[in-house]
Amino acid sequence: MISIWFFIGISLAVNGALILAAGIYQLISPPANPSVVLFNLHANVWWGALLLVVGLLYSLRFAPKR
Amino acid sequence: MTQLTAVLAVPTQLVHLSSIDIAIVVFYFALVLSIGWYLKGRANTGEDFFMAGREMTAWVAGLSFLSANLGALELMGWAGSAYQYGILATHWYWIGAIPAMLFLALVMMPFYYISKTHSVPGYLKLRFGEPSRALSAVSFAFMTVLMSGVNMFAMAKVMQIVLGWDIHFSIWVSSLTVAIYVTLGGLRSAIFNEVLQFFLIWAGALLIPILGLYEAGGWTHLKVLIAQRASEQYVHLWSTLGSFSNNPMGINWVGIVFGLAAVISMGYWTTDFLVVQRILAAKDIRSAEMAPIIGAGFKMLVPIIVILPGLLGLAVLPEKLVPESIASVTGAHSYNDVLPLMLARYCGPGLLGLGVTALIAGFMSGMAGNVSAFTTVWTYDIYRPLIHRNGSDHHYVNMGRWTTVIGVLISVGTAYLVMQFASIMDYVQALFSFFIAPLFGTVVLGMLWKRASAAGGFWGLLCGTLCSVGMWTWVKVDPSALRYVAMSPHAKGLAQDMYQALWSFIMCVVVTVVVSLATKPMAEVELNGLVYGLTQVPAVGQVPWYEKPVFWAAVVGVVFVALNIIFW
Repeated sequence: MISIWFFIGISLAVNGALILAAGIYQLISPPANPSVVLFNLHANVWWGALLLVVGLLYSLRFAPKR
Repeated sequence: MTQLTAVLAVPTQLVHLSSIDIAIVVFYFALVLSIGWYLKGRANTGEDFFMAGREMTAWVAGLSFLSANLGALELMGWAGSAYQYGILATHWYWIGAIPAMLFLALVMMPFYYISKTHSVPGYLKLRFGEPSRALSAVSFAFMTVLMSGVNMFAMAKVMQIVLGWDIHFSIWVSSLTVAIYVTLGGLRSAIFNEVLQFFLIWAGALLIPILGLYEAGGWTHLKVLIAQRASEQYVHLWSTLGSFSNNPMGINWVGIVFGLAAVISMGYWTTDFLVVQRILAAKDIRSAEMAPIIGAGFKMLVPIIVILPGLLGLAVLPEKLVPESIASVTGAHSYNDVLPLMLARYCGPGLLGLGVTALIAGFMSGMAGNVSAFTTVWTYDIYRPLIHRNGSDHHYVNMGRWTTVIGVLISVGTAYLVMQFASIMDYVQALFSFFIAPLFGTVVLGMLWKRASAAGGFWGLLCGTLCSVGMWTWVKVDPSALRYVAMSPHAKGLAQDMYQALWSFIMCVVVTVVVSLATKPMAEVELNGLVYGLTQVPAVGQVPWYEKPVFWAAVVGVVFVALNIIFW
């Protein structure tokens, strides 16, 4: 049976990739009036990257073939 | 519970989702349905469908146990309470949960587990006989499905307020999704999705306290800001609880320690089948004991994503949030909006979608918990003993699937009923609270006192419940009666819940003891495996000391005490 941790890994990886992509887009073309405070920290870049890495680690570690 | 009513009135839309946010929400729905579809072939027997095959590891059972309680309204409501009452709201996560979880793990779990019961009412049947089970099962099933509907409506209302979503769309999409994945995969599907939801809630909510603390200048400076904008009382956990009038909650330490910790939390975490069912699905006795301990460890961390955002809102939000009664008139934001407001403050595209997904996930995990618990209690504790005794296993699995769908439909019906008559919500929430404290009294006496008789258990449960109903009605009719229930003219609403639970527990225990002593004791041979002193409690096996539940319970206990001292 596929491990629950694999599903969690997929979820974190996909969400992380989408958030990272949105963050990189805003990094390249920043909005004129950012809608969030602390925009300069670019939280969606590093938080998205973190989720992506953790998600990939989980997905690989608990991949069905193992 | 009282937070539920409060999330219903702000007319403005708080956040706007981008296309990437919507993609994240859609991906979440696709994933939970995929999990249900994948698990549909693994729910063919009663043990599989209702008990997830009793093969969950300690981690899966423990995170599911916690996740079933970590609903979206819980997150938003207690963040609002933290804004309103300060750090005192943390008591519902620490002393109002941790001791009870450890008690469940070390004292009660062995009895639930070795009796091989399918449910808490099932244990009452074994210990006290059919009348106690029937009373407990009918009240639990009825209230669970009604509460599910109330939560559904409140969540749909939140989605309307926060995102501007149509209320009917929210109700039907979320309820049908839960119905599909629980009907297909049974408890295993509910548990898998709850663990997934646990991770999403943390991934979506953890950024708020991180960025909030950064903006506030750290914890020390946050306390200074709160003292300036509210009061220094808001950052003390115990030192303001000497009297009712000395803290924003209007409660004292007796209510917190004896009402919340000793009765309400013990009742909820040890006898509410919604959460206990997850532990019963553990693969062995060690996993069953470790699961609540793992849940307790993470429960201690939940204030980071619930209480801290509320406190940060006090410090950094430019506007002052107001009670719901004022917000509904003025259009200002209420206390209960603090979490979405903080989400919108820090989370840009993508992160906002994840935060919203966390709220949806929290709601759906709570609903799946309600539905799966309702299904089991209906099938095993009402339908099988009272309506259709000798059906095949296949018949009861089919009944479980149909009950899941019917339970969801009743919940939807309740949601629409609440939409028409909002006051029903208050009554349903109150009704649910009536049963928790006396049920704990009955179960704990049954486990620890072999002299407790069948008649004692039944009459104690009934009288404790009636006592709770009586006090609630008394205060409803005459609000000034609260001073007698809570024994102080300064007591406020939350104090009523604590003292009402305490009195109904005491009533249950007294009646159980008196009736038991006046009636014939049960034969000891009948109590084997059900009562301390007559049961060989199974060992957790040959494991090193650092893998024993008692060791990790001690670790959690030490951290719990340290946290209470640090934030005294």
